[in-house]
Amino acid sequence: MADGYARACGKVGVALATSGPGATNLITGIVTAQMDSSPIVCITGQVASPLIGFDAFQETDVTGITLPITKHNYLISKVEDIAPTIREAFFIASSGRPGPVLIDITKDAQQAEIEWEYDDRPVHISGYRPDFSPLPADLCRAVEMIQSAQRPVILAGHGILISGAMQEVLEFAERTQTPVASTLLGLSGFPGNHPLSLGMMGMHGEAWVNQTIQNADLLLAFGMRFDDRVTGKTSTFAPNAKKIHIEIDPSEINKNIAVDIALVGDLKETLQKILPNVQPANHAEWLATIEAWKGDSSVRNIQNLPDNGHLYAAHVINDLWRYTNGESLVVSDVGQNQMWTAQYYRHDKPNTAITSGGLGTMGFGLPAAIGAKFARPEMEVWAIAGDGGFQMTQAELSTAAQEGIKINLAILNNGYLGMVRQWQEFFYDRRYSATPMKSPDFVKIAEAHGLTGIRVTRRDEVADAICKARETPGSVVIDFQVEKEDSVYPMVPSNASIDAMIRRPVPQIADR
Amino acid sequence: MRHTFVALVEDKPGVLNRVVSVFRRRNFNIESLTVGHTHQVGISRITIVVDSDQTEVERIMPYMYKLINVLQVEDLTHTARVSRDLAMVKVNATTENRSAIMQFAEVFRARIVDVGNDSLIIEITGDEEKVNGFVDVLRPYGIIEMVRTGIIAMERGTSTLLNNMAETQNIELPIEYKMASGN
Repeated sequence: MADGYARACGKVGVALATSGPGATNLITGIVTAQMDSSPIVCITGQVASPLIGFDAFQETDVTGITLPITKHNYLISKVEDIAPTIREAFFIASSGRPGPVLIDITKDAQQAEIEWEYDDRPVHISGYRPDFSPLPADLCRAVEMIQSAQRPVILAGHGILISGAMQEVLEFAERTQTPVASTLLGLSGFPGNHPLSLGMMGMHGEAWVNQTIQNADLLLAFGMRFDDRVTGKTSTFAPNAKKIHIEIDPSEINKNIAVDIALVGDLKETLQKILPNVQPANHAEWLATIEAWKGDSSVRNIQNLPDNGHLYAAHVINDLWRYTNGESLVVSDVGQNQMWTAQYYRHDKPNTAITSGGLGTMGFGLPAAIGAKFARPEMEVWAIAGDGGFQMTQAELSTAAQEGIKINLAILNNGYLGMVRQWQEFFYDRRYSATPMKSPDFVKIAEAHGLTGIRVTRRDEVADAICKARETPGSVVIDFQVEKEDSVYPMVPSNASIDAMIRRPVPQIADR
Repeated sequence: MRHTFVALVEDKPGVLNRVVSVFRRRNFNIESLTVGHTHQVGISRITIVVDSDQTEVERIMPYMYKLINVLQVEDLTHTARVSRDLAMVKVNATTENRSAIMQFAEVFRARIVDVGNDSLIIEITGDEEKVNGFVDVLRPYGIIEMVRTGIIAMERGTSTLLNNMAETQNIELPIEYKMASGN
């Protein structure tokens, strides 16, 4: 919830938990924030300082446990340390490459009293350097490389949104006529309906997007980290491309993919330095080539199928996109629902696509959507989850009900842990082990919380259900009972080249 | 290949754990680790030796800098440096062979720090090869216990980690550091 709040508005989200089990329940949420560079501060209770080390009731080594999964953490046992530490924690969480910071405070420190004055000097931490800027010589080399590129492509990452560089990226792309491929977390950093937007790249990116990357002569990696879901097999990734990496975290440089020029610094500031020196370019031929790669993709696109009575998840997301004018804040869970959302909901406004990328935390969707709604109450917020992920955190429906929060939750219910089922179908001879799911009645669950539940089983019911959910006050749960064994296409098998994709088989579509 | 890193870190509880955790988490095997105070109040110095190939090892410094408590890190592998390792070796010594062992100790400029009825403790300081050489010489007599500090290293010449830190960060050293270092 704190993470969803932070991602929706960019401010630090805060989570409070008690000692022991309360603190350990935060772990998954902390790693989620760490992997996706989300600024959160977690404050946990600890037993009184004289009891530390004696296995007291609910004593847990919380700073020890969270050491490798936080940007930094603190154990405070003196009341006078609380205020300065909280200031430091917020500074660390939100500066540089953002991340989670945890503060464990002992009971005696919490209960002590102190005279206190607010220290309004800027925070200075001697070992902490969040403010890098690229070397002028590297900036010059980068500009030269950009000018001489014939087949450039921008790889748009989460850093665009974190840095607030949407305008600069747009200006850069338009001036240099460079197509933009997004990472999962980079979605909504560049307008999804812009002619230069290619959509998502990587394992479930469209075929032409990955082909563009593989055939490019220059990759402009803006605030992204060449995750394995993006690169596929690294040894065959964009083999003929020079690579320019603009990234705030020096440890990401040359980590997964070796680059020709590394510009370590804030993306927005760096692009502001580059832009005045970049001349307009015309890559009409390159853009036409990419257009041609789309080829028969529209035939394969499930959206373009006539209504044959089957309800596909893609239809649900596509209708949701249409009826919300692509303007709602969409928080997806993890798995097939996440990939379909990424493929079919095209975001034009920044910070409207929230999902757990790096960790792939099922159960993220509902609580993050509640947090996002708190951050931006004026926005229409939709959570999209599968039947599996929803059940991992469904208790948060009571939070939505209790706080009177209005969100809409679309459950793409296919009776499986769908993404794992898909892998079992493709790579394990359809041995569906531990993936079939028998779910409770989600409409009744919504009603048990005093919320509205709607069930949809046919394609022609989708639009009405979406409209009804939007009009209904209070949170609404829609149980979309979608095609059970549909798969996310295209798909790059694990550790294959990203242009070696499994496409949606055309005959299979004709059969249906 | 072996790489020698030296780091200045804040002298706070848990900092060593954080540093070591980075090596474990990123799958580097530590061959030798030493930590101790510096002449600066509040700053400790760590020397870490890892055995790893060059491309992997280049990732270590950025990872270490991600730690808030790490002030300065340098890779001294290809720098002119002085490296020292200290060992105490307890070796069987009879009245017959004691003087032979003591002669070896003299050749290696080691010191006898304890004499028992049937044993000697010998202290030796030097670079790792010298210590290894001495240990090999003692082995036939029967080493019964040995302890080594691990490598400590320092760059030759006037360059210091603390000044480099001030330069790279473009900061004036805090007053307390200056006073302590006598600058």
